[in-house]
Amino acid sequence: MAVSPSDIEKIAHLARIRIAPDQIDAVADRISDILAMVDQMQAVDTDNVSPMANPHDAVQRLRKDEVSELNQRDRFQTLAPRAEDGLYLVPKVIE
Amino acid sequence: MEWETVIGLEVHVQLSTKSKIFSGASTTFGAEPNTQACAVDLALPGTLPVLNEEAVKSAIKFGLAVNAEICRESVFDRKNYFYPDLPKGYQTSQMDAPIVGAGVLDIQLSDGSSKQVRIHHAHLEEDAGKSLHEGSFDLHGHGMSGIDLNRAGTPLIEIVSEPDMRSAEEAVAYLKKIHSIVTYLGISDGDMSQGSLRCDANVSVRLKGDDTLGTRTETKNLNSFRFIERAIQVETQRQIDVLEDGGKITQETRLYDSERNETRPMRSKEEANDYRYFPCPDLLPVAVDDALIEQLRNNLPELPDSKRTRFENDYGLSVYDADILTAERSIADYFEQTAAAADDAKLAANWITSELMGRLNKEGLAFNQTPVSAAQLGGLIQRIRDNTISGKIAKQVFEALWNGEGSDADAVIEAKGLKQVSDSGELEKMVDDVLAANPDQVEQFQSADDKKRKKMLGFFVGQIMKASQGQANPGMVNQLLNEKLGG
Repeated sequence: MAVSPSDIEKIAHLARIRIAPDQIDAVADRISDILAMVDQMQAVDTDNVSPMANPHDAVQRLRKDEVSELNQRDRFQTLAPRAEDGLYLVPKVIE
Repeated sequence: MEWETVIGLEVHVQLSTKSKIFSGASTTFGAEPNTQACAVDLALPGTLPVLNEEAVKSAIKFGLAVNAEICRESVFDRKNYFYPDLPKGYQTSQMDAPIVGAGVLDIQLSDGSSKQVRIHHAHLEEDAGKSLHEGSFDLHGHGMSGIDLNRAGTPLIEIVSEPDMRSAEEAVAYLKKIHSIVTYLGISDGDMSQGSLRCDANVSVRLKGDDTLGTRTETKNLNSFRFIERAIQVETQRQIDVLEDGGKITQETRLYDSERNETRPMRSKEEANDYRYFPCPDLLPVAVDDALIEQLRNNLPELPDSKRTRFENDYGLSVYDADILTAERSIADYFEQTAAAADDAKLAANWITSELMGRLNKEGLAFNQTPVSAAQLGGLIQRIRDNTISGKIAKQVFEALWNGEGSDADAVIEAKGLKQVSDSGELEKMVDDVLAANPDQVEQFQSADDKKRKKMLGFFVGQIMKASQGQANPGMVNQLLNEKLGG
């Protein structure tokens, strides 16, 4: 499966990523290569292979149930575009 | 046409851990907005989740309580969808390898029968934050929503049943049983008003006798036993009406509107059909070994079913009373303390289920808010048993204890002078006075036959109780009357 330069422009717009016009062809080629590799992997017969959740041969470490985080609201909210009354403000999500 | 309702429930239970499932932020309810939302909860770049041991143990305890298989290596997956109260853009959940496998739950129905409901699985996941659509921030006319992420990352178990329930009553009984189990286990406070237990109902109907399931809808936003019952009832009726009019049911997500008592479809925007689940690369598989399972199994508290059986056998309670008294662990503990203090389980059961619960209900109080302690109620019942007070006076004493007018029943009886009159001299005088004041009735009594006499005796007893303001010992009054009237 190949992607065209116009696909790249569209995806870049949706992802809000700026790609310089003279880079678009090269990006299209590279993504086409990656998709070709995906095609190749999908052709492998995996019927008798059980899915692997994680490539590391390890299990999850657990944390004691203790409160270790302090309130840093003011610091976090300086990062937000808008905050008021302690709430993060976003464009209204219902009509 | 006779229709059959088929119901499956997805129940979300908030676990009462101190900290969140993947971060060390506090889970206390009701804190100032975003004061308990740390960098992990906010999904700031570079943060990583670390799983809370207590959340894992809580899920295993639930699994053991419903005789489910515990998964030795469960996996967390990402459930992807976009909503402002989910800053990561995915909910960390479990899909293919949930921690709790298939189990079973017995539910008790009002006709005294019981039924087994299969549990498909239960998995661990995180809660999302809250969106607020009304507030000062919106008054500026910017059309903004406020986001509070304090709840984001609160540990949940989602318990998914098989479609084994056939009526709203069964669904409510199932939910009450889940509520009872999680509170007995102490893994959740079960407080529905704070959203600690929430439920989505999958409902479909089919003609009685059909083997295949009808098309189902999923009704969300159910956060009280009453709403669940009503939502299932109205949704069932809606589906029957559609089908009887020759229509078809669309598989969709619906919302229950409690004010209008109807369900309506969520706008398609709110529905995300493709969650693109994949294993979460930030979390390794969760290993659970036999030693941990056995340790948790050995420390399970007595669960509602075995407690109910024990109450029936050891205390001689009816199925009905045993059911009510084991619905919550706090009620069961209260009953056992009262029964011990009163040295009479049946009277204790009666007083709790009628007087105490009736009063709590009237005042809109939860059981654990009772102003009358088990020791106080037990002491009160003692005084009924040793004839210090009659059952009628006991209600006055109960009222006084409820209002905090005395430290115990004895103090109230003493202060109010409610002690039953068992002094034979004093009683004899009362009897004589009543008989002297009612010569006609005495004459009628003496010329009546045995059957009538019994009825007429009630008149005299009534007069004497009235004269003594309810404090005469009824047994002794009867005896004295019989002697004096030659009955």
